[in-house]
Amino acid sequence: MKQMKLMQGNEACVEGAIAAGCRFYAGYPITPSAEIAEGCAVRMPQVGGKFIQMEDEIASCAAAIGASAAGVKSMTATSGPGFSLKQENLGYACLTEIPFVLVDVQRAGPSTGLPTSPSQGDVMQARWGTHGDHPAIALSPSTVEECYTLCIKCFNLAEKYRTPVIFLMDEIVGHLRENVEIPEEGEFEIVNRTVPASPAEAGPAYACKNGSLIPEMAPFGHGQRYNVTGLIHAADGFPTNSTEIADAQVKRLVAKIEENLDDILAWEETDLEDAEVCILCYGGTARSAQSAVEALRAEGIRAGIFRPITLWPFPGKRLEEISRKVKKVLVAEHNNGQILLEAERVIKNNCRIDFIGKVDGTVITPDEIVRKVKEA
Amino acid sequence: MASKLIDEYFREDHLPHIWCAGCGHGILMRDVAQAVHNLGLDKDRVVLVSGIGCSSRAAGYMDFNTMHTTHGRALAFATGVKMARPELEVICIMGDGDASAIGGNHLIHAARRNIGITAIIFNNDIYGMTGGQYSPTTPYGEKGTTAPYGNIDRPFDIVKVAEAAGATYTARGTAYDAVRTTKLIEEGIRHKGFSVIECASICPTYYGRKNKKGSAVDMYRWQKENSVSVEKAKGMTEEELKGKLIVGEISRSEFPELTEQYQKIIEKVQGK
Repeated sequence: MKQMKLMQGNEACVEGAIAAGCRFYAGYPITPSAEIAEGCAVRMPQVGGKFIQMEDEIASCAAAIGASAAGVKSMTATSGPGFSLKQENLGYACLTEIPFVLVDVQRAGPSTGLPTSPSQGDVMQARWGTHGDHPAIALSPSTVEECYTLCIKCFNLAEKYRTPVIFLMDEIVGHLRENVEIPEEGEFEIVNRTVPASPAEAGPAYACKNGSLIPEMAPFGHGQRYNVTGLIHAADGFPTNSTEIADAQVKRLVAKIEENLDDILAWEETDLEDAEVCILCYGGTARSAQSAVEALRAEGIRAGIFRPITLWPFPGKRLEEISRKVKKVLVAEHNNGQILLEAERVIKNNCRIDFIGKVDGTVITPDEIVRKVKEA
Repeated sequence: MASKLIDEYFREDHLPHIWCAGCGHGILMRDVAQAVHNLGLDKDRVVLVSGIGCSSRAAGYMDFNTMHTTHGRALAFATGVKMARPELEVICIMGDGDASAIGGNHLIHAARRNIGITAIIFNNDIYGMTGGQYSPTTPYGEKGTTAPYGNIDRPFDIVKVAEAAGATYTARGTAYDAVRTTKLIEEGIRHKGFSVIECASICPTYYGRKNKKGSAVDMYRWQKENSVSVEKAKGMTEEELKGKLIVGEISRSEFPELTEQYQKIIEKVQGK
């Protein structure tokens, strides 16, 4: 029997992680993600997992990566300034291809900003925050239920593609409480990294087999005594200065995401079939947009919603198709225009692009969206 | 003996190492291999984590599960490894800048938690990889490329810092005295809680040249002539100990090891 539970977004994230098989959490206290750490402190030992409160955000990201290298699915969560501090080792995980989930419950910035206020100001940081060219996957939940289900998806993507995945929540969904239908075990997919059958069959640690772009991954202690380094490395895992290998490695890291968009991309379309106005929004903002669409439709204005669930990679191809059918796309987000840049990039002159953004720590209300849609 | 150690504990395909002629790190890396050998550890169960800098390159040369991480963060990564898989033997090799500047916070907190990791610090008193900048252990008044007029910062005594922060085993060895240093590393690995072994290395290329310390041989001779055992130091005054290296086991104390404590929490919570 399905279980219905009143949960907070941050709580649902913890439960989703556990359902996904996460058994290690390292974190540092910060608002508005603190309930994730608190939840993991209680829940991890109950399921035989580990929780540790580290000395800082950098260390908690490092510890999560270390645990994953040892073969245990791991997570760390943070907000605001903490997300900046995570960037160093996020890049390490990208290059070393160590999967883990990094949750960012966004709050208003820059700097310490408005610590308890909602924001979606970390969208571009989720894509480009760590230095150098690198792959990025970031998912954005709009409901408490999605905090659960998409957290599982984050782990699955991380394991499948051997890459860190950012769960880009925001304060609205993180602190929201609503009913969640907890899926039963077996109702959702669980993906685990591919482990070489035996050390003898493992081959070079970072060699891709059978045309795959993703190498297998043995946990420490498995017997395949390989090297992990944040330096550009050859298939054997050892540093190299070869320009050819550097080029191939960075391009493979990006390609393993870009060439699997059909598998990775996720979005939701609401009332777009006959729409003349498309509201592009995600995360907590989509909740206001939903009410706005209902109000607009009651007035006879055909509005709909395009909600990317994967912000990175961005479902640009689908947005481009939609932009050919509507009169305008209204981008609504809690920042000064970040996904707006992606929208402009893919829509070009297909239709008019309007924008409504907020950086004052308050939410965009349905009324504000309605008014913006009606603007001539 | 040496060649046997190389066969068993080093990745010969990745040798020779990148360290300069005369550098103390090669000797210290050998000491680590010897200590592991003496303890009879299973290589598959040893995880060697390093940070960034000259010292950190040791990880790539040694035939264990090796993780060359980010600058200063070796202990934080190692904490994740050890928490996740306490049955693994986790050893960190760090440099002085790595462990006591950018990684200073991780060092004191790993010590405070008493997690079962062995921290081995190759201390050459300088940032070698980046070309000879002064580090937190560069002696007062000495020169580095960023201390052209002499260092005005007080140096850290890494062992004292670690002990004060809660490390339950601390020791100091030198690259010169390989036999003693090997024993100290061995004890550190055998020790159940967090252990810190500061290993005085030498950097003839930058530190030595900048400070007119002579050749590598002269610098090893200096280590030999200025090392004072813990036992002997007890009978000496502070003035007499100035500029000396106190070598041997410095401290040992008791506190429950972190991962064992956590296991008890799991068992309690699960009602076992």
